[in-house]
Amino acid sequence: MPDRREERPAVHNPGFRGGPGGPHSMFSKVKPEDPLGTLKRLWGYIKQYRLRFFLIFIIVFVTALLSLINPYLIGRAIDQYIIPKDFKGLFSLIVLMISIHIANSLFIWLQGYLNITTVQKIVLQLRKDLFGKLQSLPLRFFDSSQHGDLMSRLTNDIDTVNMSLNTSITQVFSSIVTLTGTLLVMLRLSPMLTLISMATIPFTLLVTSFISRHTREYFFSNQTILGKLNGLIEENISGLKVVKVFSRERKEIERFGNINRELREVGTKAQIYSGVMGPLMNVLNNLSFALIAGFGGWFTVQNIITVGTIASFITYSRQFTRPINELANQFNMLQSAMASAERVFKVMDESPEPADLPDAVELKDVKGDVEFRNVCFSYKEGVPVLKNVTFHAKPGQTIALVGPTGAGKTTMVNLLTRFYDVDSGSILIDGIDIRRIKRSCLRSLLGIVLQDTYLFSDSVKENIRYGRLSATDEEVKMAARLAHAEHFILRLPHGYDTVLSDGGENLSQGQRQLLAIARAILADPAILILDEATSNIDTRTEKYIQAAMLNLMEGRTSFVIAHRLSTIRNADMILVINDGEIIERGTHRELLEKKGFYYNLYMSQFAAEVEGVTKTG
Amino acid sequence: MKRLLVYLKPYWKMVILAPLLMVIEVVCDLSQPTLLAKIVDDGIAKGDIDLIIRTGLLMVGVAFIGMIGGVGCTIASSIASQGFGADLRSAVFRKIQSFSFSNLDRFKPSTLITRLTNDITQLQQLVLMSLRIVVRAPLLFLGGILMAVSINSRLSTILFIAIPLQIIAFLYLMKKGFPLFTIMQQKIDRVNAVIRENLAGIRVVKAFVREDMEKSRFNSANEDLMNTSIRAFMPIITLMPFIMLVMNLSVVAVLWFGGLLVARENMHVGEIMAFINYLTQILFSLMMIGNIFIFISRASASAKRVSEVLDTEVDIENPANPDTNPITEGEVIFEDVSFSYDGTGEDPVLEDVSFTAYPGETVAIIGTTGSGKSTLVSLIPRLYDVTRGRILIDGRDVREIDIDILRSSISIVLQETILFSGTIKENILWGNEFATDEEVIEIAKIAQAHDFIMSFPDGYDTQIGQRGVDLSGGQKQRIAIARALIKKPVILILDDCTSAVDLATERRILRGLKSISRCTTFIIAQRISTVMNADKILVLDDGRLIAQGTHSELLVTCPIYQDIYKSQIGEEAVIDA
Repeated sequence: MPDRREERPAVHNPGFRGGPGGPHSMFSKVKPEDPLGTLKRLWGYIKQYRLRFFLIFIIVFVTALLSLINPYLIGRAIDQYIIPKDFKGLFSLIVLMISIHIANSLFIWLQGYLNITTVQKIVLQLRKDLFGKLQSLPLRFFDSSQHGDLMSRLTNDIDTVNMSLNTSITQVFSSIVTLTGTLLVMLRLSPMLTLISMATIPFTLLVTSFISRHTREYFFSNQTILGKLNGLIEENISGLKVVKVFSRERKEIERFGNINRELREVGTKAQIYSGVMGPLMNVLNNLSFALIAGFGGWFTVQNIITVGTIASFITYSRQFTRPINELANQFNMLQSAMASAERVFKVMDESPEPADLPDAVELKDVKGDVEFRNVCFSYKEGVPVLKNVTFHAKPGQTIALVGPTGAGKTTMVNLLTRFYDVDSGSILIDGIDIRRIKRSCLRSLLGIVLQDTYLFSDSVKENIRYGRLSATDEEVKMAARLAHAEHFILRLPHGYDTVLSDGGENLSQGQRQLLAIARAILADPAILILDEATSNIDTRTEKYIQAAMLNLMEGRTSFVIAHRLSTIRNADMILVINDGEIIERGTHRELLEKKGFYYNLYMSQFAAEVEGVTKTG
Repeated sequence: MKRLLVYLKPYWKMVILAPLLMVIEVVCDLSQPTLLAKIVDDGIAKGDIDLIIRTGLLMVGVAFIGMIGGVGCTIASSIASQGFGADLRSAVFRKIQSFSFSNLDRFKPSTLITRLTNDITQLQQLVLMSLRIVVRAPLLFLGGILMAVSINSRLSTILFIAIPLQIIAFLYLMKKGFPLFTIMQQKIDRVNAVIRENLAGIRVVKAFVREDMEKSRFNSANEDLMNTSIRAFMPIITLMPFIMLVMNLSVVAVLWFGGLLVARENMHVGEIMAFINYLTQILFSLMMIGNIFIFISRASASAKRVSEVLDTEVDIENPANPDTNPITEGEVIFEDVSFSYDGTGEDPVLEDVSFTAYPGETVAIIGTTGSGKSTLVSLIPRLYDVTRGRILIDGRDVREIDIDILRSSISIVLQETILFSGTIKENILWGNEFATDEEVIEIAKIAQAHDFIMSFPDGYDTQIGQRGVDLSGGQKQRIAIARALIKKPVILILDDCTSAVDLATERRILRGLKSISRCTTFIIAQRISTVMNADKILVLDDGRLIAQGTHSELLVTCPIYQDIYKSQIGEEAVIDA
């Protein structure tokens, strides 16, 4: 006979946890928008395993039935064999029971095995598809969505689907089987007692729905407040140095205290409501227990039923309430799983980067002739970022892009790499529209060194090799030398094999840029795009970067988003960009003589430096 | 873990009450099968309807008493555990607020956050469980054994076979299964890391056309996770049916041997039923006990982490008799200051630094990364304490000045810009909550932030942070500068905080600064153009102050300074001029 409460050893699934108080716990009110459509798509994943699932359902059905027979057999053992002292009969019954139990356990094992292997494969596919999809999405998608949210779809949401595929579906099925089976057996044993034991069911339903409503409500606000508190904690701790510099500790403690108090109040209520369910269910169960014992006893005296019937009946009536609770729980789980699946499928529905044109070409022996023809572009409709930009860079030239922040310099880079496509006009490389070049070919023509470069959590060596996967260790080292990066790499704990963490946080920004340059050198692109660091790099490293960039630029068409006077002076052409337009172009001397925008910019930014020179020079 | 028990003290009444109430519930639970046996054996067997009804009613009564115990225990334990959690959280939060910078350097922010959130929740959960199940399970277990033995001691032999089997199964699970879960967690982390990297580095991936390589990297992590998950779940999948089998076979054994005993008139039929009841209760409570062990072992790791925070010694505190006179002049003198992060004087970051900054002067500090620039300025507001020598402000040692007065007279804009969620105005008001709107605007104009702030539809009420607009690095820096300026500091420290601002804007900021206040200003910068107009330039190299003077002096006397100058302005600039 099972215990009254569901105190089974819970299997703790460490699972994905999206940080404290992830966005959707099972208590949050998440409902799928289109459950049918989502189900259909999920079916697409399940379909190929339908035989296995069918088998699982059969096993669940059989084990539920076998568990149902058990109390009945106990009753029979007592009535038909123990009381009449028929040991021969008892022995054969016991042999039967033992075989049933062994069979049952084997079935449960088989079901568990089939379940885990099948579900894990489905989840693997789901994760794989979603990640693959992400890789195919255009940059616009990444720029316009929150990474935390995407992260949570790939982790929490898929995990929720995983959990419910793993347990909910079989649980629901087995609950339904148990419920109907129990009811049938009870009716067969004694319709009268069934009716009597049903007397408590309305109460059970009432209590369950009342309490679970409150529990859900309080747990929901508990989660919300916890989220608020965790938000405060995260912000406070990551900014604690600022808090201290501004002596805001007391204020922060007060803010924390208020939310903490709120959390405690709601938390206590949530805990009480959820904790009270057990004892209340217990008393209702005991009540029906007493009713059955009392009436059953009376019926037995009247010779309507037997003692064994009471024994089995009690067990069945206890089994009756559990599936009801279970069903309610699982229903919530399934609902949030559907909502999660929906969020996952939404990402899968995003439109990918447009495919290469059928006649797209693969460029060979690129000279590096780059032309912008009347290029217009806007990220948001109605807010033009580039207006009618036209210029021509001849092979090997260095083009400096100069202008205030937000003028459109980075956007030009985004267009050249086809991270975004032009709205109108065209960009040509060696006279060919870049939209007619295979995207993979185009991007490998271009080398990009951003001022804040992303590095991967891998060794220094592998990070450089990212530029050309086929490069040998020797080539990697050569590139590092040319990039003036070797001297610092060799001082790292494990040299080239030092593993970088958190996108290279253990390196300085300047060092990261040196690695990016090495990576670009290895890639050997025909056209270079360099984003000069504004500052923050110490002078020694900066010298190296300058030298490395010169190495890199040699013989390649280069676009430099420039901040350094020396770079600008040496450029073959300076494009002065303001408000999305090229307002001036020419060499340093030409532009100075013009006494226009560039002249003013130059005077305000660099004049002092030149003054300093004059004073001492 | 003992150290944390202090936080349960305010709730001692609940802590005592909860288990007592639980005892009531357990006793009531335990008596039910016996009462049932009585109905069967005395009532039904003897046809005593009166007894059946009386016992039935008794069962109902007992059930209600049990419920009162159960509900009461829930309430008491909820109050105690939530109170404990809230108090502990508050204590840890306060402790962290009191941390000095060197304390903070020792803990990574992410671990502090986990300690404050997950770890404390874990402990709170442990308290709740302890007050309920930790009492309930052993009570049910022992009570069950007691009752079973009292019904029939010979039949109890079955228990002594079943219980060890369960325990062995459980130990096997602990030893075999749980390490696998740890490995599985690592695989999960690995998958997450690949995802996170690809989100953060998508530009690089696309620029180098490495989508396929990333996919295969992800797939291998993904497959690894799948295989480990399956392996991790296998022991549980295997053991659950085994445990059930042990339980069910025990019941069968009771039926067989019980039947034999009934035949010899040594036992009643009702007693068999009661015995089966107790048997399942015992075996279930055993599983609960196992769960508790897992929980405690997890929580003890949490307890250790939380205690570590609480036990950290805060090394910078307000002096016992602080000097509460206000700081008015802003004269800063370093006298032979040496500093090392471990406080021992070995591996010094600064060595014998001496200089004087007169009130209202602008002092620029220049030098390579790691030369000690940031360290030097962070000693002024006592973010760290000097290891040797001393720092005087207005002639007083900073270690004697009241720390609140000290820090509210000094504004420091740190290298790393951190803003808080809320509106732009709220962020600027951090420096001085009582500033008027006009003051905020005035300061924002000086920090060259007003124009871009006004370009947002909501102006100063624009939300920033997670749910608000994304500011560029330069915009953030300018807001941080405004936040520091609105404090009206006597001493202002700018630690390379204009790095993402273009030169023209930076120049306007510095010019604006001079126009509103005559505070002593320290500027750390990489650009020579930023520092050349300072009253005094300090050149640091490897923790030593190798030169100080004005721009023109240093160009003549200091080779390192010349070097820096050449690399930034370029040789040809010199020739040009």
